[in-house]
Amino acid sequence: MSQRNRLGTGGRIDRTRPLSFNFNGVSLQGFAGDTLASALLANGVDVVNRSFKYARPRGVMAAGADEPNAIVQLGSTEAGQVPNVRATQQALYNGLVAKSTNGWPNVDRDVMGLLGSLGGQFMPPGFYYKTFMTPASAWPKYEQYIRKAAGLGRSPVESDPDIYDHMNHHCDVLIVGAGPSGLAAALAAGRSGARVILCDEQEEMGGSLLDSRESIDGSPAAEWVATVLAELATLPDVLLLARTTANGYHDHNFVTLHERRTEHLADLAPQANGRRQSRARMHKVRAKRVVLATGALERPLVYGRNDVPGNMLAGAVSTFIRRYGVIPGKTLVLSTTNDHGYRAALDWHDAGRTVVAIVDARDKPDGDLVAAARSRNIRVISGSAVIEAQGKKRVTSAVVAAIDIEGFRVMGSTQELGCDTIASSGGYSPVIHLAAHTGRRPVWREDLFGFVSGGVPGQIAAGGVNGRWSLRDALEDGFEAGARAAAEAGLNAVTVTPPAVAAVREGKAVALYEVPHTKPTMRAPKQFVDQQNDVTAAGIELATREGFESIEHVKRYTGLGFGTDQGKLGNINGMAIAARVTKQTIPETGTTVFRPNYTPIAFGAIAGRHCDELFDPRRYTALHASHLERGAKFEEVGQWMRPWYFPRGTESMHDAVQRECRAVREGVGMLDASTLGKIEIQGKDAREFLNRLYTNAWTKLEPGKCRYGLMCKDDGMVMDDGVTACLAENHFHMTTTTGGAAGVLDWMELWHQTEWPELEVYFNSTTDNWVAMTITGPKARKLLAEVADIDVSAEAFPYMDWREAKVAGVPARIFRISFTGELSYEINVQANYAMHVCKALFEKGAKYDLTPYGTETMHVLRAEKGFVIIGQETDGSVTPEDLGMQWCVGYKKPYSWIGRRALSRPDTRRTDRKQLVGLKPLDPKVVLQEGAQIVLEKEIKIPMPMYGHVTSSYFSPVLGHGFALALLKGGSERMGQTVYLSSGDGSLHAAEVVSPVFYDPKGTRHHV
Amino acid sequence: MLHIYCPHCDEHREEEEFRSKGEAHIARPPEPESASDEDWGNYLFFRKNPRGLHHEQWFHAVGCRKFFNVTRDTVSYEILETYKPGQQPVVTAESRNGSASDKGAAK
Amino acid sequence: MKQYSGFGLVKHALSHHENWQRMWRNPAPKREYDVIIVGGGGHGLATAYYLAKVHGITNVAVVEKGWLGGGNTARNTTIVRSNYLWDESAWLYEHAMKLWEGLSQELNYNVMFSQRGVMNLGHTLQDMRDIHRRVNANRLNGIDGEVIDARQVKEIVPHMDCTANRRFPVLGASWQPRAGVARHDAVAWGFARGADALGVDMLQQTEVTGIRTSGGKVLGVETSRGFIGAKTVGVVTAGNSGVLAKMAGFKLPVESHPLQALVSEPMKPILDTVVMSNHVHGYISQSDKGDLVIGAGIDGYVGYGQRGSYQTIEHTLQAIVELFPIFSRVRMNRQWGGIVDTTPDACPIISATPVGGLFFNCGWGTGGFKATPGSGHVFAATLAAGKAHPLAAPFTIDRFISGKLIDEHGAAGVAH
Repeated sequence: MSQRNRLGTGGRIDRTRPLSFNFNGVSLQGFAGDTLASALLANGVDVVNRSFKYARPRGVMAAGADEPNAIVQLGSTEAGQVPNVRATQQALYNGLVAKSTNGWPNVDRDVMGLLGSLGGQFMPPGFYYKTFMTPASAWPKYEQYIRKAAGLGRSPVESDPDIYDHMNHHCDVLIVGAGPSGLAAALAAGRSGARVILCDEQEEMGGSLLDSRESIDGSPAAEWVATVLAELATLPDVLLLARTTANGYHDHNFVTLHERRTEHLADLAPQANGRRQSRARMHKVRAKRVVLATGALERPLVYGRNDVPGNMLAGAVSTFIRRYGVIPGKTLVLSTTNDHGYRAALDWHDAGRTVVAIVDARDKPDGDLVAAARSRNIRVISGSAVIEAQGKKRVTSAVVAAIDIEGFRVMGSTQELGCDTIASSGGYSPVIHLAAHTGRRPVWREDLFGFVSGGVPGQIAAGGVNGRWSLRDALEDGFEAGARAAAEAGLNAVTVTPPAVAAVREGKAVALYEVPHTKPTMRAPKQFVDQQNDVTAAGIELATREGFESIEHVKRYTGLGFGTDQGKLGNINGMAIAARVTKQTIPETGTTVFRPNYTPIAFGAIAGRHCDELFDPRRYTALHASHLERGAKFEEVGQWMRPWYFPRGTESMHDAVQRECRAVREGVGMLDASTLGKIEIQGKDAREFLNRLYTNAWTKLEPGKCRYGLMCKDDGMVMDDGVTACLAENHFHMTTTTGGAAGVLDWMELWHQTEWPELEVYFNSTTDNWVAMTITGPKARKLLAEVADIDVSAEAFPYMDWREAKVAGVPARIFRISFTGELSYEINVQANYAMHVCKALFEKGAKYDLTPYGTETMHVLRAEKGFVIIGQETDGSVTPEDLGMQWCVGYKKPYSWIGRRALSRPDTRRTDRKQLVGLKPLDPKVVLQEGAQIVLEKEIKIPMPMYGHVTSSYFSPVLGHGFALALLKGGSERMGQTVYLSSGDGSLHAAEVVSPVFYDPKGTRHHV
Repeated sequence: MLHIYCPHCDEHREEEEFRSKGEAHIARPPEPESASDEDWGNYLFFRKNPRGLHHEQWFHAVGCRKFFNVTRDTVSYEILETYKPGQQPVVTAESRNGSASDKGAAK
Repeated sequence: MKQYSGFGLVKHALSHHENWQRMWRNPAPKREYDVIIVGGGGHGLATAYYLAKVHGITNVAVVEKGWLGGGNTARNTTIVRSNYLWDESAWLYEHAMKLWEGLSQELNYNVMFSQRGVMNLGHTLQDMRDIHRRVNANRLNGIDGEVIDARQVKEIVPHMDCTANRRFPVLGASWQPRAGVARHDAVAWGFARGADALGVDMLQQTEVTGIRTSGGKVLGVETSRGFIGAKTVGVVTAGNSGVLAKMAGFKLPVESHPLQALVSEPMKPILDTVVMSNHVHGYISQSDKGDLVIGAGIDGYVGYGQRGSYQTIEHTLQAIVELFPIFSRVRMNRQWGGIVDTTPDACPIISATPVGGLFFNCGWGTGGFKATPGSGHVFAATLAAGKAHPLAAPFTIDRFISGKLIDEHGAAGVAH
């Protein structure tokens, strides 16, 4: 197909660079500088898609972000698929492949369209709420068909190979929109020395100036654009971002800009200079001042069958002709309420094609543009409007009638004007989205027939967004805004003299939204308000009839504004219709609420590089290489990767864990305990602070000694635990759980800074500074003696002491503490010596068969001893007494430490609270399921009272049977009872309630 | 995203550096053991939660690691002042000209 | 009330839809009602409906400052499930679930309750322990649920990346087949229509400005349309509960925070179930219209602005892309925020208050929508009897004094 609608000259396309692309399987040609929409129009493609609900044929209606219809599926490969691309915003590139998102078997002949035209009348707004209810069992089937019929494009089913990045900026002035006002503002702010970011969503900057009929300083407007951009490029602190949409305005002048870096080049981001480049970039800008120069969007008129391809916005017609050299038809009828719309007819006429008539809703149109049309002998029909379009897949004629706007009625007879294109202009709606994202309500301006910004602190609106439509006003407003923004950002603003622009005499516009039809709205041919969601004027009227009177109700009931264009064209018309029907004014009907995004953005762009490995960076201990060498399997604990177990050969996890357990009980094992949180505490009140923080007493802990401590929140529930060592009178080394480390440090800072600022105490996290290697087992002392330079005898180095020493020649702190119940030493060395010391331990340990073990074995060993793990035995609803740890609660401490008062609340005093117990399955082979619920009856009867649950459960090689820890209601009173454990698989196991300390209850083994 | 002035660092930083810690100026009963269950419950859990001016505690978690207080409008999210622990706010619902302190600007 | 049906739809089509009835009246306030419900969201409307339907109390007004269903009902991500850990919560949400299952027929309004199943993913060993614990408890409470492994997850959600090379590989999930989603707006409208037909007055654009009491008892509410009397007042105002409590002279253990959500552009069906992950921190489903509906985290600060901070949206989409790398090129259409009233134990408050005759139903946090019919049902019973319905009884305000919390934060998981 040749480009039959391409004009011989004109436009900003590069005719020396033809591009091939494919639409719905047909190969077509366009030029560099085209959008997909302009290229489709150039090739005479009328039907680009089918509508969402009624499957009606739809074509290109607008030229930018406001396009509701021309939505396509983009992508030549599976991984490169992008759903719902707006053809008017997609730059053409060689090899572009696009498809209509709807239409079966194809967009021209669509079965659903037949259903839509036959059944459309049975699908008023909300029809699905009123039916599909009987029989109730059929709903899933109905729903399946509804789902299949819905949606536009499709998701790719392969992972995205592209990358996206983020960039942070601080600037003095961010200017959104590079039309006349934005460029003027940038110039004023830039010359004032401000740090400026100027962004614009289009492929090139210039906005309306790129297709303007007007001159600036006697030259075509586009030349002024080039001059300004050239100057801005020379200013060192001005950043120009084309193809960049300010999609969200957030609190305190934080704006997210989405820059499309490669979408104009190819499906997948091509390499640049041999390197991978990002497909898109989010600029996160904190601006001292934001200038909104976002202009205004033209409103279409709402008339019968205004969705048939060939119905377009007047401004879009001009844009396609002047910017892309494409004329979207042969014969034009223009329906307008204002002078601006006339430009479409003038451009059409000047391109050498026929303007059948200009239909002006005003009784006495008057203005320079009207005069220009008359001077070209274009027929102007005043006091009238197009009330209906004819044609199925393309407009064939326009039905025109005189109208009484006030009385909302057609006067006299209608006439039918043959044409293939109907352009309409109902005035302009300022693009105030970014002024409304933070919740500020827009304000209706009756003189503009539009909403303007309600005023946002730090934001300055300029030009069309302020209702300053004329070029002269827009420039003037822009210069002022730029200077003001610079001044408010603290700079000496310079005054720029605006360039010369001829004044255009403009007639007054009239307000017209829905055009009256000869039939009442409910019976007239469908008058579309929101074309993407197939919302009609009748639908809005029906909604109000059913009681949906607020605009928010109307929107939700009809779907108005919920499309991917978010109602850029339809919202105001819809509100006006709702207002008319409910006999209210537009502001009484409500204001529109805008939400980010202005236009849709790929999830990937918002996620940025924080995916895969960088989603949440893993932490590895300094011994990781050693673990890998020894074949560790890893477990995620918090962000840490901890060795889970160390299988030898083809050993199963169970076998490995049993072997590791036996090694510790009989020989010596080694655990990497580096991930435990470590906090240095110093200051003369350090001891007092610990007394208040921990449930137990710290007054008498001498230097060289260690003590286990338990921490509660002030509600009395256990939050963390660990061993703290006294390094010196005013100096302590605290350990916390792995997952709790950061939270505990914050917690300590909170209490110190806000509750007890009088205490002289300082905290510092040293988690990453130390590596901790636990050697544990009966042979641990022998091994330690071989590597440490101190007397490690039981007398010289007793249990719960710590010593400074050199281990393998390296300074170390050795803590004689035990989480296994065996003789244990936790050797702490500076992290950068870790591998050296580890190597020495394994060298010396070889003769003792030093066995590395992981978290699973650690869990088994500690559970055999009844030692709890915070977060496994506790869940935020467990007190120290529930854990049977009264021995660790210092009721006699003078200060009411954190959590103490809560332990005497009515609920914490209850005796039937869930308490920690041991469970011994009656069948010794059984390992109870962790998470199994405890019941007291053997027969399962649903619903069944539950008395607690299994928190930890393992098979113990030293005991020779399965065992578990559990929280059980009134557990301390149930020793010896038999309870039953119910698992999801329906199994029920009997177990005896026993002490949670299964192994060495007297604690003799670690005391040797 | 809020832009928060840290009174310790003496500059504005991005919200991502901070953590909100809820209502400020909550006094722990000075004699917990003689406080009633009701007092203790109130201290632990009951909050003003105002629609309008709120004095709240923030933590410069990945900055200076210090706590401070913020007077913020919970509807407009405007920050009216920040001040150090132990200090009292200058801007209060009463001092704010009896304006839309508790009703908020937006419905 | 004219019944809706497919036949009726055809009949109306033939008369150009010119004869549809109003779904609810727009009455002038009476001077006094038996019961006033403050708040015309889903919970308030359901309360009014069940008061009239179950308890025969029809002299009821729902006082709404904006439009019906315009608060969190209109802003949530529509997930309905009942697989809660603790008995008290599980019973309450399961009560709601049973009501959901017949709700379209009960209301003669299709709330599009779609039992497409909800999956809660586990990514760590502790996640899986917690999942086992919760599912075991659910089953003993008669709530459907099972623990499934990564392979079964993949069968149900073929497009999720369940491979071991993710940052947080999927180890398994809990799976509640009866759970699903519903059309949020329709729930409010259906209850409103049903309540209206039974005689309840829906007073929209009527803002409560004060609560009038005498001798510790409620007399009625001051509103932007004047005083309206009632000896029983039920406040069901979600994020605004603290404001109403202040009017009545007490504080609540509630903080109102922004909770954000977002949707993609509509697409052809690709995700049939609801997928939630606490660990990766995101949840996602696909609506009947084709949008991916995604819930984000709660912002940490008190906020009534119906918006939160951008980094929360960023983190959420990072989570979604982590679970579904194929959605990276899918585009986010819109984001918004609701105001959720969070309590210290993540459980609601359905309770008498220090003021006689004044009851509060609030504190639903992120769990409000799924409870809508159950919340209304038990709150109606509470208002009708003047004392707590047995299922509501554990959810008193007093629990924050006694310490008897129902801690659904539980099993949050910190481990060695």
